[in-house]
Amino acid sequence: MNAPVPSDPITTSVEPGEGVARYPGWLLAPGLCWAVLFFFVPLLIVFAVSFAARGTYGGVVWTFRLANYADLLHPLYFRIFAQSILFAAVTTALCLLLGFPLAYYIARLPRRRQGIWLMLVMIPFWTNFLVRTYAWMFILRTEGVMNRLLIGAGLIDAPIELLYSDGAVVLGLVYGYLPFMVLPLYAAVERLDPALVEAAWDLYASRWSVFRRVVLPLTKPGVIAGCLLVFIPSLGAFITPDLLGGARSMMVGNLIQHEYLVVRDWPLGSALSFVLMGFLIVAMAVYYRVDAGMDRQGSQP
Amino acid sequence: MIRRRVWLQGMSLGNVLFLYLPIAVLVLFSFNASRLSATWQGFTLKWYAALAEDRALLAATWNSLLVAVVSTVLATGLGVAVALGLERLGSRSRRVIEGAMLLPLVVPEIMMGVALMLFFVLIKLPLGLPTVIIGHTAFNLPLVMVIVRARLGKLDPRLEEAASDLGATPWQVFRRVTFPLLRPAVVGAALMAFTVSLDDFIVTFFTAGPGSTTLPLKVYSMIKSGVSPEINALSAILVLVSMGLVGLSLAVQRVSDT
Amino acid sequence: MADCSVETRDLVKRHGSTAAVDHVSLQIKRGEFFSILGPSGAGKTSVLRLLAGFERPDEGEILIEDRPMTGVPPNRRPVNLVFQSYALFPHLTVFQNIAFGLEMRRLPREEIESRVQAALEMVRLGKQRARYPSQLSGGEQQRVALARALVNRPAVVLLDEPLAALDQQLRQEMQVELKAIQEQVGVTMVCVTHHQEEALTMSDRVAVMDRGRVLQVGRPHEIYDAPVSLFVARFIGLSNELTGSVVTLENGMCGVDPSGLHPSRPIRVRCLYNVALGDRVTVVLRPERVRLSTETRPSGDENVLEARVEKAIYSGHELHYLLRLSDHVLWKARVANGAGDRKRFAAGERVFIRWSADEGVVLRA
Repeated sequence: MNAPVPSDPITTSVEPGEGVARYPGWLLAPGLCWAVLFFFVPLLIVFAVSFAARGTYGGVVWTFRLANYADLLHPLYFRIFAQSILFAAVTTALCLLLGFPLAYYIARLPRRRQGIWLMLVMIPFWTNFLVRTYAWMFILRTEGVMNRLLIGAGLIDAPIELLYSDGAVVLGLVYGYLPFMVLPLYAAVERLDPALVEAAWDLYASRWSVFRRVVLPLTKPGVIAGCLLVFIPSLGAFITPDLLGGARSMMVGNLIQHEYLVVRDWPLGSALSFVLMGFLIVAMAVYYRVDAGMDRQGSQP
Repeated sequence: MIRRRVWLQGMSLGNVLFLYLPIAVLVLFSFNASRLSATWQGFTLKWYAALAEDRALLAATWNSLLVAVVSTVLATGLGVAVALGLERLGSRSRRVIEGAMLLPLVVPEIMMGVALMLFFVLIKLPLGLPTVIIGHTAFNLPLVMVIVRARLGKLDPRLEEAASDLGATPWQVFRRVTFPLLRPAVVGAALMAFTVSLDDFIVTFFTAGPGSTTLPLKVYSMIKSGVSPEINALSAILVLVSMGLVGLSLAVQRVSDT
Repeated sequence: MADCSVETRDLVKRHGSTAAVDHVSLQIKRGEFFSILGPSGAGKTSVLRLLAGFERPDEGEILIEDRPMTGVPPNRRPVNLVFQSYALFPHLTVFQNIAFGLEMRRLPREEIESRVQAALEMVRLGKQRARYPSQLSGGEQQRVALARALVNRPAVVLLDEPLAALDQQLRQEMQVELKAIQEQVGVTMVCVTHHQEEALTMSDRVAVMDRGRVLQVGRPHEIYDAPVSLFVARFIGLSNELTGSVVTLENGMCGVDPSGLHPSRPIRVRCLYNVALGDRVTVVLRPERVRLSTETRPSGDENVLEARVEKAIYSGHELHYLLRLSDHVLWKARVANGAGDRKRFAAGERVFIRWSADEGVVLRA
């Protein structure tokens, strides 16, 4: 499971000139080489392959053709992409709705208690993603706990198909990525001066106005960071739709896996991967631009 | 604000419960005597016992541990080195390189998995435990780097200056002042990397060959065969181990913050 | 009371087992500049927050313009608070900050425009309307915070240590300006501060608080010249003290025999409060009332005590003397420079302290 650490931007207090004499530059080399060799180069290869052609038995025939990308415009692929974006967007929205109150609550706690709550929120995230997804399989299946509860409460008569549906996929995604939303939101709310909320209240604002006119604009960077941290992994999700989704709940991640390992059309798979990358780069660019805009003003203009 | 607080508190508790409940249910039913039923049929440990007998499972566990240990050692070594080496750079190049090094954490795992697979195939390196280790190191490296750099940022540079002023050579400053202060973060990062490696599925899925099945891969194939209480039991164990390791990692790092 | 703008009745607020506000009853008149003065922890900020509605009292009532405020949230009270940190919205311009309260009450655009512009001009920030708080100086931010409260024409404006963040020079200017604005607008202002000079300068009346209780309410000169307790006497300005027992009592004047000292006759002091013969009391005298001379004999109602000058400190417009009356008693005197006929005394000299009976105050020890 990817393990992004949604913390504040990393800076050290050391000014550029100060650290020069202390750590030798060659320390950077091994790590950088590893990253280049086993991360950047492979990504470049994928990029290159996306323009190649498929060999007869799988494998790659090196040519240059844009057909792979063109193929992606086929309604079938298009639908899957659109569906992935939809799922990711819904997941992000739900995470925001659930995560904001939680983040706000934690940020307003006395400092000592904040740490415990944050830990509580983060720990599930660090456990095995497969296991967490399986948990929902276990609960949502027709003989599972959820159906039993619903029948027992008299809400339904017979077990309903909860699993293998779009809803189950979104549920799994929200469950998996909620902690990612909470942390940046918490950081943003924590920075908000509580006197500002009181001042707005003192100036006749209703609770909703306080949120909309003061809290939200001033926590915008955190909101955006949280949304990106949820949207990006959700878009590329694989396990969740694979285990919780039905045949029609396929997402880009599944498609990529399908192309690579089942159909063995690596060029197409690579093209898919890179279109996915494209979305992510766009999303990140948006984030950086908004973030930079914030720094210049010191707040929202 | 007081009425609102109660509502907020309730919702927050609900959220946290939402996060833990599925796992709790899973663990609970790993002790359920019935194989399929969702109702409680009695307490038993037989599913756990069954796990102990499963040869393939034990082999997968061994693989997982091996991969985790090796990739953690590599990632920690490389990650700490990079974290320190970044100190050398001017702030602009530092930002760029740091940002680039963080990319593996941001890119969806499936892309990394697929890219590595292609890479290994094209350089004709057969897929097996070594390739898995390489992949794990690749995504654990930034993780270690981030954790160590965060700690480095909180270090008071005047401590090192004081040591220098008292006659210590750069190496001595590092060995006697900087590293002891960094050590909790390094240990914490290593524990974190170990946990992530143990739990990883997607990258492993694409970089493992036959005979190099890890625990998550085995769990996946078990799940694909259908829900069963053995999986519950295995999941319970995995969850406990992960939580324990992460709790330990955070505790170690927290101690250093005093 | 009909002309009462703010009234608290037996207000109690507890934090844990201690009472931050302990049965506080105040009546603040309309149009008054009222200060609540006290050391930190006295409970004055708590009173302010209770008035604003950010906290609910455990006991007691609050009435604003004769309307009870129990259960009324801050956004529905005719009260506006100027925060100690100003709490200006960083993402809004000066204009938008000031207009905020008016917008929340959905006033028409033209009215908002005219009222905000008028408020800006009243605090002399007419040209800054498009700037952001981060671009303003501390004094300017404070004026924006004030305008933001005043523009809503509330019944009461509350101020939490308004001048605390300003430097000395600015502080004194703002004291004058704040008072001028208050008089011009005629709004009731309740100001919380720990700075006694400020409270005395600006206020029509002052309430002195300590540990949750109101010790004395009165006009500045009453608080200063006729404190009801040692705490008030010591908190407001410097005080010289003498302890002793009451030996004579007649016509509102008592005679006190000071312990450790031997004046030619008992110290004569006004008795404002109930004192009985034989009570142990403290005589309090302000440093500026102490006159130094070489004359030994008291005349009329004067008191004379012998002392030795321990230190003479030049302080620009004043001379500060430290005068030792006995092993245990050290007094301070402040003598204004400039009166050419005043003799200057040097350290080590023997002098006679004089003051008249109606200048001191006697308090229970």
